[in-house]
Amino acid sequence: MPDGVIEVRDLQKSYGDVQALQGVSFSVAAGEVFGLLGPNGAGKTTTVEILEGLRTRDSGHASVLGMDPRTGGDTFRQRVGAVLQATALPDKLRVEEALSLFASFYARHRNPAELVARFQLEDKRNAFYSQLSGGQKQRLALALALVNDPELMFLDEPTAGLDPQARREIYSIIQELRGENKTILLTTHYIEEADRLCDRVAIVDHGRVIATGTPEELRRHSGDRTRITVRLARPDGVGELRQLEGVSDVTEEDGSYVLQSSKPPRTIVALVKQLENSGNELQSLEMASPTLEDVFIELTGRRLRD
Amino acid sequence: MKYSWVLSKMRMRLAMRSPAFLFFSMVFPLGFLFMYAVVFARGNPEAIVYLMGPVLALTVMGSFWGMSIQLVTFREQGILRRFQLTTVGAGSLLTSSIVSNYFLVLPTLLIEYLICRYIFHARDMGNLAAVLVLASIGAATFSAFGLIVASVTNNMQETQVINNVIWFLFLFFSGATFPLSIMPLWIQRAALFLPATYLVAGMQGAMLRTSMLPEFLGDCVALLIGMGVAFGISLQLFRWEPDAKVPGRAKIWVVAAMVPFFLLGIWQNVYGRQLQEIHRNFQVLEQASRQEAPR
Repeated sequence: MPDGVIEVRDLQKSYGDVQALQGVSFSVAAGEVFGLLGPNGAGKTTTVEILEGLRTRDSGHASVLGMDPRTGGDTFRQRVGAVLQATALPDKLRVEEALSLFASFYARHRNPAELVARFQLEDKRNAFYSQLSGGQKQRLALALALVNDPELMFLDEPTAGLDPQARREIYSIIQELRGENKTILLTTHYIEEADRLCDRVAIVDHGRVIATGTPEELRRHSGDRTRITVRLARPDGVGELRQLEGVSDVTEEDGSYVLQSSKPPRTIVALVKQLENSGNELQSLEMASPTLEDVFIELTGRRLRD
Repeated sequence: MKYSWVLSKMRMRLAMRSPAFLFFSMVFPLGFLFMYAVVFARGNPEAIVYLMGPVLALTVMGSFWGMSIQLVTFREQGILRRFQLTTVGAGSLLTSSIVSNYFLVLPTLLIEYLICRYIFHARDMGNLAAVLVLASIGAATFSAFGLIVASVTNNMQETQVINNVIWFLFLFFSGATFPLSIMPLWIQRAALFLPATYLVAGMQGAMLRTSMLPEFLGDCVALLIGMGVAFGISLQLFRWEPDAKVPGRAKIWVVAAMVPFFLLGIWQNVYGRQLQEIHRNFQVLEQASRQEAPR
């Protein structure tokens, strides 16, 4: 990968008997939003914390902005920004005080007042950290990560635990940053987040990268199978549905059947015929293109939330 | 170390916003002052001057708790991790503990001094320069002792247990609460191994005799060496992560911080005049009591 801002090769890390990373490899180009997508415990945070210089690796190669994160020192820290999975600040620190304090740690820094305005924290300028909502705390965490105007940002699950409204606000901030040509390494277990925000995604499971590519490439990887969700008046089980033309897999979810089909029109025709023959009725039908979740299921046999 | 001052300002601000901190660093020492002045000295100005030594020393020794506890809280809550991502180093954070403790102790000392002078009408207020030097060195040293405990403990509960045990020794076996002169000889000799004893005795000497600074040189040097060793060990054992545990063997290093006082204790027990100084100071209290008795 030319112009690699992050280069990771065969990264290994264990905590006691638990092998958290078992040879993670990927690279991130300048200006790219790169996502690490995987379930909790997949090794995303360990990977990011190694790249931030917070943890040591057992073996493997990690280069960030041409430096080893553990030995890059102040030069390294001046150039990167980060939102930790759980950012904590002193409860009685005010929003603007926090931004001014963190700005003072860097040779080059943005104006705290400008960041307060940009992250819509004007009303909370003098509020204590403990008085902020989850979304406001996360916006402050993002503002702190930007205070040194970094070339590279690490965003570790930036929307975890937020309500949909707060999540959308964070999405638009990340999209703005993308517009500013910042390089971003984002970890998430939300499919929508990876799909919507990332130029490329690495799917991580059990400490390994199991697939890498653009969201579109990864979806194609799943064989262009369309997801057809049907609800029947009389549930008949998955047996006969598996026999339908083009269907490769059927699962039952909350009283509905999810069919994976490579020939959706033919599958639907066959389904309608079969229902007529068996005297059953179709209550609802939804079709969806394959998602990254489908790709994950295909690769691991599990859902992201399992 | 270059961020020590901005961190100190932030930490002082946070401390001033904490009711618990204000209670223990201001109300509590003033409570001691009134108790000593009213109950023990019964308003006798000479006796109050004698008791001001321990009162000031107790206030200074309070630095043992303040910012080191804040640092443990920061670590437990994951706040230090956020600082680790910046250009701030462990040295800056530790130094800010000492600097902020120092500036937070000074106002209380001043208030105590003014109360003593204008409410209890103490006439002879000792050697102010010596008091200030001892207070400065004492605050820095006891802050560093607090840091070393914070460095070797794994959580707040553990920190408080160890701090309380050490604080108990400082409080009751240094002359800060009960004059050493009324204690059995073996306790008096054991007290010579405690850093708090030198601070209390030094403060008492400064308050009573308008002594010149060279007379406190030994006490100051021992306190400074103790501070240096404690700071160095704290720096070595510093942890950013809440889940990083200090190895059991590393805790033995804490003993190293006590080595200067161990050596000083031996020297004082064999050749020193510290106990005579302490007894001589105590005579002031006895004389004040005798003068008051016929009344």
